[in-house]
Amino acid sequence: MKRNTDLGKFGAYGGRYVPETLIPALEDLDIWYQRLKVDKSFQRELGRLLTNFAGRSTPLYYANNLTKSLGGPKIYLKREDLLHSGAHKINNTLGQALIAKKMGKTRIIAETGAGQHGVATSIASAVFDLKSEIYMGAKDVERQQLNVFRMNLLNSKVHSVQSGSKTLKDAINEALRDWIANVQDTHYLIGSVMGPHPFPTMVRDFQSVIGKEIKEQIRKLTGKLPDAVIACVGGGSNAIGSFFPFINDKKVKLIGVEAGGEGIRTGFHAATLSKGRMGIFHGMKSYILQDENGQISEAHSISAGLDYPGIGPEHANLMDTARATYPHVTDKEAVKAFMQLSKLEGIIPALESAHAVAYIIKNAKNFKKDETVVITVSGRGDKDLQIVRDYLSQSDGSLKKNMQARGVIHS
Amino acid sequence: MKVENNVTRTFSNLAQKNEKALIGYIVGGYPTLDLSRKIIEQLILSGVDIIEIGVPFSDPMADGPMIQDAFVKTLNSGISPKDCLTLVKSIREKDKQTPMLLMTYSNILYSNGLEKFLIQSKNCDIDGFIVPDLNFEEADDYLDITNKLGLSTVFLTSPNTSIQRLRRIIALSTGFVYMVSVFGITGSRNKFEKYTFDSISRSKAIVSSYSKHLAVGFGISTPKDGQRMIESGADGIIVGSSLVNIITKNKNDQSKMLSELDIFVKELKTICKVSN
Repeated sequence: MKRNTDLGKFGAYGGRYVPETLIPALEDLDIWYQRLKVDKSFQRELGRLLTNFAGRSTPLYYANNLTKSLGGPKIYLKREDLLHSGAHKINNTLGQALIAKKMGKTRIIAETGAGQHGVATSIASAVFDLKSEIYMGAKDVERQQLNVFRMNLLNSKVHSVQSGSKTLKDAINEALRDWIANVQDTHYLIGSVMGPHPFPTMVRDFQSVIGKEIKEQIRKLTGKLPDAVIACVGGGSNAIGSFFPFINDKKVKLIGVEAGGEGIRTGFHAATLSKGRMGIFHGMKSYILQDENGQISEAHSISAGLDYPGIGPEHANLMDTARATYPHVTDKEAVKAFMQLSKLEGIIPALESAHAVAYIIKNAKNFKKDETVVITVSGRGDKDLQIVRDYLSQSDGSLKKNMQARGVIHS
Repeated sequence: MKVENNVTRTFSNLAQKNEKALIGYIVGGYPTLDLSRKIIEQLILSGVDIIEIGVPFSDPMADGPMIQDAFVKTLNSGISPKDCLTLVKSIREKDKQTPMLLMTYSNILYSNGLEKFLIQSKNCDIDGFIVPDLNFEEADDYLDITNKLGLSTVFLTSPNTSIQRLRRIIALSTGFVYMVSVFGITGSRNKFEKYTFDSISRSKAIVSSYSKHLAVGFGISTPKDGQRMIESGADGIIVGSSLVNIITKNKNDQSKMLSELDIFVKELKTICKVSN
């Protein structure tokens, strides 16, 4: 007897693995979401905010200098870094906060790694006058004091999470525990295409505005679809947002770039699709970094936004069905790309986004000169300046010498 | 479907004596494998009717700080899920009767190969499973295999579970139905609110109509708490964090630990013996 339903399944992945207490909240959220998704006044209200408050649409910019220096393909940058708050995260937080408001919730909770999603949630909560509390691993609180201050300024309370590894995954556990206890009046505003159904679908839909705009803009600019769309992948929200409108355009290559950290053979990486295996974590079935007994591993990346041992279930399915590929680049390559884009184009990308840029720098030769690729610059790099500076002062070799020669750091 | 197994027989036998079930939860391998075996033997001796063994998981989303900490320490000491199976096997050399259930998270079951792990569990004389993050919608494989192997299933219900869902949960639970007493995670509470007792009464009526048993857990830390659950209709009470607390507090003094557990369990057992 088949008792199963197909709630939120992407092939074998997705689903809903949570304590029973959360099921009514997830069912309720799903019903509201299905209703509001097709509600014209909701879409108008969200559209107005995305335009007037967040700053959509974002430009698709032809990166002439980078293209020239690589000798092709033609590279276009989707400028999510220009959004209010500095990253694509706000596409999702405004959408979910508006749903929470309509549902009559009065309190928002969220997890954050380095603080970007926490900041974007705080902003959206302020807009809708919702009480907001952010869970952040104690280690991240220590490393990201300025973002904690930023969230406080935006009227959020930040909880420093002391449990487990004291990083993002533990912040998610703690947010889930809070939600279980306060499910009546609280909405858990998950920041990526992960977690139990309906989050992976709902967050994808909110982020798909990226891909929709890319499609329209590239057609206007070049008269055709791109040959490839490239984005970085942690949980995978900016990537799925960029990919989704192209999924049926089979000729468009979809490339999600994972964080290879110090190299995927070192154990210090966040390359979940390359090195993980199927598991159940944070309410979803997906690829998970774990040991042979099923204990979840810690992920490592210079980029806090990619530092997660799971991945959105839809990406797991896109990889299994070979619709998308998921290569990885190292910390070192990402930092190099961070510097190169800054120098050549006057755009300082987030370290997350720098992974996508690094991929094209590494692999430009595999594309034809006249092919076009779109890279989603998911966020801006202001938040990463200190990290990159520290990295360069520690690392040896050509990277450091190059920076010294340009006077960026002192010898 | 009416199923009879070691777990349901325990409830029925107790009912004949006009007793409710006392269900005790401990963490497998905590503080050490050897001591956790002694603890379980003590609990049974003192009056616990059904044992739940928590298999440590790195990310236990339904558990409070007491059990989280015990999990972290146990994992750091190198205890694996298999060690929890052999723990039961070693206790079975003396005790063939007392039902022993494993309580763990989905990933532990699936990551070790669901069927393989369940067969190994069966071979170690484990009676069944409680999986707090596994809902019946996602449980097809699990149900097929547990049914085939004759392992008891215990699904959880919560105060906000709809009647419709509760009926499915009852139908698919072959051991007992585990009612989570509160909106919250495991760990002791200062007080329970009215909704807890109302939910127990409401759920009990439906559970009984299926000739099944309802046990209530999460947050029970005093005999008085347990008594109120029983008065509201619970067929059993589940005590976990409070036992783990006694173990943690006395981890360097084994005899004090075992005697405190003995006293606490006897107090709890007293309120499980209802007089008409």
